[in-house]
Amino acid sequence: MNLHGCDFAVIGGGLVGATIARGLASGGLRVVVLDDGDIALRASRGNFALVWVQGKGSDMPRYAEWTRQSVSLWREFCTEIAAETGLDVSYEQPGGFHLALSEEELEYLRATRHVGPQPEGTAYPPCEIMSASEIRSHLPHVGAEVVGGSYCPLDGHVNALRLFRAVHQAMIVRGVDYRPNSRVTEIGFDGVFRLSLEGAGAIMADKLLLAAGLDNARLAPMVGLAAPVRSQRGQILVTEKTLPFLNFPIATVRQTDEGSVLIGDSQEEVGPGEAVATGIASVMASRAMRMFPSIAGLKIVRWWDCARVLSPDGYPIYDHSRSHPGAFLATCHSGVTLAAAHAKLLTPAILNGGLPEQFAAFSSRRFNVCAHS
Amino acid sequence: MFVRIADGEGKRVVVLIDDAPFEGRQGDSVATVLLLAGKVGCRRSFVSGEPRGPYCMMGVCFECLVRVDGIDGLQACMIPIRPKMRIETSIARA
Repeated sequence: MNLHGCDFAVIGGGLVGATIARGLASGGLRVVVLDDGDIALRASRGNFALVWVQGKGSDMPRYAEWTRQSVSLWREFCTEIAAETGLDVSYEQPGGFHLALSEEELEYLRATRHVGPQPEGTAYPPCEIMSASEIRSHLPHVGAEVVGGSYCPLDGHVNALRLFRAVHQAMIVRGVDYRPNSRVTEIGFDGVFRLSLEGAGAIMADKLLLAAGLDNARLAPMVGLAAPVRSQRGQILVTEKTLPFLNFPIATVRQTDEGSVLIGDSQEEVGPGEAVATGIASVMASRAMRMFPSIAGLKIVRWWDCARVLSPDGYPIYDHSRSHPGAFLATCHSGVTLAAAHAKLLTPAILNGGLPEQFAAFSSRRFNVCAHS
Repeated sequence: MFVRIADGEGKRVVVLIDDAPFEGRQGDSVATVLLLAGKVGCRRSFVSGEPRGPYCMMGVCFECLVRVDGIDGLQACMIPIRPKMRIETSIARA
């Protein structure tokens, strides 16, 4: 252990960084989290809060499996967090729907869901396609334009802002030294990592985790890693609170435990600084009203956009540096769904000193182009 | 109970809070007169049924929703009072 620093420095105090830092600290390590300030592009504060498996990893079975593993651990994870903090993050797993507003959309769901009994060892979750009348028996408020949909019993949702707060509180309870407004400018390495901080000083760390979201792109090359992540805009509309009417989360519409209706899941390839126009939000609101006509009378009280952290194929990157042993990297765009896997599967691997074979598929080396002779 | 810090010059403005006349001052918000009138809870949570009332006083929390001159769901903290304004809480109705 170095004298003037910590055992483990985590760069990034979002959901990914805080979840892993909490787990590292429980191993008895001195853990420091170096976080940005309030101006951070914080996906943890802008996400749609689904804990979701349906449709995930359609072209990467290992990701579908990873997502399912996380969901299977989610109840245990949030029970632990509640015991440590007294905060109930309102995790519910009633199953979730995608709703189709046209035959084309229903056909897309049929083609992309893995319906019916799955072969032995398959990664994909159980999913069924429902007719409009079947949908209506579960969702009585659904509109006449809904022609059908898909349902997966493993899907659920949480209160994401409370989750973010709870994970932060849990990491503090476990003794993590949390330092906001600590932007890392340079990382040196001579067996120990030396992290230079903007403005003043430096901190030494035996080991290092980069969990800085979009900023991982800048930091990763400092420790011989790559994080080719880009920002993708997602917008969310929030209505005034209303009587509970929606007992299941829909991929683009859900009612929170506090009564608000959230409308979301837009995807725009624009940078975080660009102005937001009303076009996309209008489409989101219009589709949500066609799904649930009764929400038309509700006022929109908030409207925000947030930057998704996306790798080239959209899947997470977990890496351990070969040139800088002890430097790890974690980034994903589903920090809520994957929180349990990060806490219970990824963190123990990092504590053990390396990422075993089952993480190989998530290395950024998958983006390298190989020349074959 | 809420008390005015300084009960100075302001012109008297009489509004109706749940049909009862209440004297505020020009420049008061609806939330201000609700608090002064002892209506700390002005509606009930849709989920828990607990009373809710003015909290942030700056348009952010959406807890102080009331009916004003017949229009539902308005933020009490964002509306200046006017003479004869009809303010209705939903705490009893809910």
